[in-house]
Amino acid sequence: MAKDAKKKVQWKTVKEVLHYIRRYRFLLVLSILLAAVTVVLTLYVPILVGHAIDCAVGQGNVDYDGIFENLIRICIVVAATSVAQWCMNIIHNRITYQVIRDIRSEAYEKISHMPLAFIDSHSHGEIVSRVIADVDQFADGLLVGFSQLFTGVVTIVGTLIFMLTIQPMITIVVVVLTPLSLFAASFIAKRTYEMFRKQSQTRGEQTAFINEIVGNQKVVKAFSREEEVLETFGEINDRLEKYALRATFFSSLVNPTTRFVNNIVYAAVCLAGAFSVVAGYMSVGGLSSFLSYANQYTKPFNEISGVITELQNALACADRIFSLIHEPSEVPDIPDAAVLRSPAGQVDIRGVHFSYVPERPLIENFHLSVKPGQRVAIVGPTGCGKTTLINLLMRFYDVNQGEILLDGVDIRHMKRDSLRESVGMVLQDTWLMDGTVRENIAMGREATDDEIKEAARAAHAHSFIKRLPQGYDTVIGEDKGGLSQGQRQLLCIARVMLRVPPMLILDEATSSIDTRTEMKIQSAFARLMEGRTSFIVAHRLSTIKEADMILVMRNGSVVESGNHEILLSQNGFYAKLWNSQFIA
Amino acid sequence: MKKLLPFLKPYVKESIFGPLFKLLEATFELFVPLVVASTIDIGIEGQNAGYIVKMCLLLAALGFIGLVCSITAQYFAAKASVGFAAKIRHALFAHIQKLSFTDLDKAGTSTLITRLTSDVNQVQSGVNLTLRLLLRSPFVVFGAMIMAFTIDVPAALVFAVVIPVLCVIVFGIMLISIPLYKKVQMRLEKVLGSVREGLTGARVIRAFRMEESAEEQFRERNEELTAVQKFVGKISALMNPVTYVIINAAAVVLIYTGAVRVEMGILTQGAVVALYNYMSQILVELVKMANMIINLTKAAACAKRIEDVLETKPCQTFADVQPETRKNACAVQFDHVSMRYAGAGDDSLTDIDFTAEKGQTIGIIGGTGSGKSTLVHLIPRFYDATEGTVLVDGVPVEEYPADTLREKFGFVLQKAVLFQGTIRENLRWGNENASDAELAEAMKLAQAGEILADKGLDYAVEQEGRNLSGGQRQRLTIARALVRKPEILVLDDSASALDLATDAALRKALREMPYDPTVFIVSQRTSSLQHADKIIVLEDGRTVGMGTHEELLVGCAVYREIHESQTGKGIQKGGNL
Repeated sequence: MAKDAKKKVQWKTVKEVLHYIRRYRFLLVLSILLAAVTVVLTLYVPILVGHAIDCAVGQGNVDYDGIFENLIRICIVVAATSVAQWCMNIIHNRITYQVIRDIRSEAYEKISHMPLAFIDSHSHGEIVSRVIADVDQFADGLLVGFSQLFTGVVTIVGTLIFMLTIQPMITIVVVVLTPLSLFAASFIAKRTYEMFRKQSQTRGEQTAFINEIVGNQKVVKAFSREEEVLETFGEINDRLEKYALRATFFSSLVNPTTRFVNNIVYAAVCLAGAFSVVAGYMSVGGLSSFLSYANQYTKPFNEISGVITELQNALACADRIFSLIHEPSEVPDIPDAAVLRSPAGQVDIRGVHFSYVPERPLIENFHLSVKPGQRVAIVGPTGCGKTTLINLLMRFYDVNQGEILLDGVDIRHMKRDSLRESVGMVLQDTWLMDGTVRENIAMGREATDDEIKEAARAAHAHSFIKRLPQGYDTVIGEDKGGLSQGQRQLLCIARVMLRVPPMLILDEATSSIDTRTEMKIQSAFARLMEGRTSFIVAHRLSTIKEADMILVMRNGSVVESGNHEILLSQNGFYAKLWNSQFIA
Repeated sequence: MKKLLPFLKPYVKESIFGPLFKLLEATFELFVPLVVASTIDIGIEGQNAGYIVKMCLLLAALGFIGLVCSITAQYFAAKASVGFAAKIRHALFAHIQKLSFTDLDKAGTSTLITRLTSDVNQVQSGVNLTLRLLLRSPFVVFGAMIMAFTIDVPAALVFAVVIPVLCVIVFGIMLISIPLYKKVQMRLEKVLGSVREGLTGARVIRAFRMEESAEEQFRERNEELTAVQKFVGKISALMNPVTYVIINAAAVVLIYTGAVRVEMGILTQGAVVALYNYMSQILVELVKMANMIINLTKAAACAKRIEDVLETKPCQTFADVQPETRKNACAVQFDHVSMRYAGAGDDSLTDIDFTAEKGQTIGIIGGTGSGKSTLVHLIPRFYDATEGTVLVDGVPVEEYPADTLREKFGFVLQKAVLFQGTIRENLRWGNENASDAELAEAMKLAQAGEILADKGLDYAVEQEGRNLSGGQRQRLTIARALVRKPEILVLDDSASALDLATDAALRKALREMPYDPTVFIVSQRTSSLQHADKIIVLEDGRTVGMGTHEELLVGCAVYREIHESQTGKGIQKGGNL
């Protein structure tokens, strides 16, 4: 049963693959034709060589005309073969690389439209490896595999026919003996599977260990644990050496073994052929052709056994890519979605339920009403749902139940783009794109130099940007530019300063900035937030004291709300948090 | 490769016997056309059935001896290459353990990880390939030519012409395409960068509605990659057809020359067949050789990268002998210390001068990038001061052996990292011999009592502690430092993930520690430092204030501002600042 299901999946994947290749079907047919031509012509050459050799039997018995005729034929056939082969190679490359390109583009489009739920819950490294390594392997494996399979089959059939036309009896000798090499190869492959498994398992263990230790080498040094970790590493390394030796050695037996079988076939052909020549069934040239074939005929068999594993591997890769491409996209905007234009900023959250995983409810029956221009601060311990609320407001995630209204319109009924355009957001996670400082502040917006500098000044980023090697043209990125966490955060703030959006979300926006700079930025924010609805999540209570409304959240619901004074006078959880910063 | 070759030394026997057996195999292969030729000339011409059978048995025997030789060679090659790689990996890992913080900053950990994993693997398969094929292929090519010469000199001249021509073409195409493959790799990395950016920046890209320009950028890079791939493809697509044409052209000439020689009675028909077979062998081997060289260039590049790491000399050296510590010295003293990071344009610390008595608590405060972390990193000599001296127990830190110096410290780094293993194993990083009771005590002190009650010492921590929350990890890293009962405890902004109440409780517990260590606390919060015996206020790497909380509130404007910004008094004034 399980096998059937697996087959079905594979068949489905194959159909998909064909879908991608379809637009290149003309090229594909052409390449198949060229492959067939190449193979047949290649096989024809040994016959011509055989004929030519037959024209030179011995002294005084050389037929120059015959030789010339055959040699000229060889020249023509070889020229035709090489042209066909070259065209075939080029067409083949074209199909391969363009299919790769198409699939990658599609995968990328999917990534930029898939729900954040998927991106948040999957390892980025794993997705990247699907788009890069899997696509490569798929295209290589499938197309190379396919062409090898095809040419292999044509070679086998062609050789059989050519051999039969020369001498049926010897052909049978070849046909009977050749499968031996297949058996030998698969016998070895089966035995080595377990060794390979152990090798890759141990290699994985070692890589994980290396990642952990070398990635945190400074901790190792701080505790002088160098010798201990080296010992553990040595132990894993020794095991890996043992398994790697077995896997490498036994798998490298395939080649010599199949070559040995080939040699046996060769000897058998020589034997049978020589007797046929003696008996007059065949010429010496025929024997020469046969010996060439005996070499060629076994090769595709050896290749095919490899090709089949490669094809299966390619299909497995394809399956992983397609499953990424088939991930559902974000729910599209409804057909008559409203376009939000400079909203007043009335936010109503009504009876919202939300959880990332159904088994663990997070936000339940959440209500909130925010008047235009209000400053709302959200505080509470880690994991209480502060950031989740922001995910919902930006529609990174959709509510499971209930509704969020902006100026009285359900945010699910408005165009996502226009919603996001209306909200400026600074997150704790300071993501910078690969590009110049200028591009990172502008973020795709047309802005003059002065506007950008103005925004940078407001975010107190101008002075450090000036000191960068190329100022505003310094290239920065996730791991480039050597900016500190605080400096990165200042750039993220500058982005929002440039936009002056109608609404504002600050999620721990100043967590990596020292308190004095933070205070200065706060004043800039205060100006920016004037008359704008804003949501602020912060660890430091001092930064939110001025908010019109403070929501104290715990386990997905609001336990207290009100302004600073009211909350302090209630002497509840907020008061406890507030006072704890002064206890010493 | 020079630096790596010594690692092959234990495998000298394997490295010699491997290729040797491979050559033996090739030699037997070279005899095959000769055997076939005599089968034709003597067996067939002479109608000698016995001879034919004998020759064919000889062929089978040659095949069998070839098999034995080849398997032996494969074994030696596998043993040498796998062992070689294991030794390199071990040496590389050991070398990385010796690198200083500065070296690690310079190399970058992700680079080191790649060197240790994929680069070493590439080198392993490179060595394996070298031992098996490097000698074999040229041997067969030239062997075939020599055999041809033994058959007939004028006919063999064709070989002498064709082999150089083929070499030029095969290696020419490779020389052109190898740099292009590097270009492919570079463009592929750009595509990869785009994908990664699309994932890590998903929120920001969408919030700023950059989806389309991101897609545009991806398409551009993808298109560039495809273009260069197709271009390389076109060049390497030439290899097979061109070599095929040349080999067959040579075969045509060979057969014609052969026919002439047969007519003259110098050559037999069997000899012509043998010559033709040698020609076919050359083609097969040349293609193998080309593939091998591509793989070898890759492996050589990887080997070079590994060597670069092995060649980085750790920039710090430590003393071998224990220094004499003075009894009544201060625990830590900074004597006009300045520090500049390697490659940085400016000092991170300038002229820092202070003393910390045994048992004192020293607070360090200042803005982002003011040099707080740098200061405490100098004490256990994670980095070296560029000017001035850091003394521990009255002795300059340079005079200590690394272990002696660092064993005095319990250092809690900013990044809270735990390792795969149980909580017990993790805590014992602090002290190998600590009893469970001692571990529990340290955990309680670090406010991790609830983790102990919840999970117990046998709780399995996953890699980098990812199955624990940030706050839990931070408390456990503090406990790990405390298990050591250090003489000097350093908390480098280590309470940032703790809520304020826990932070306060932690500070209280630390003050009441029975063994009275010298404590350094780096913090951005004045409330965390209020009770310190001495607070050092840093700005842009300089000391702008030093004293107790009360003294600084009066005498240090920067400290006062920081304090006010945190107690709320500053916010009203915020607009004026």
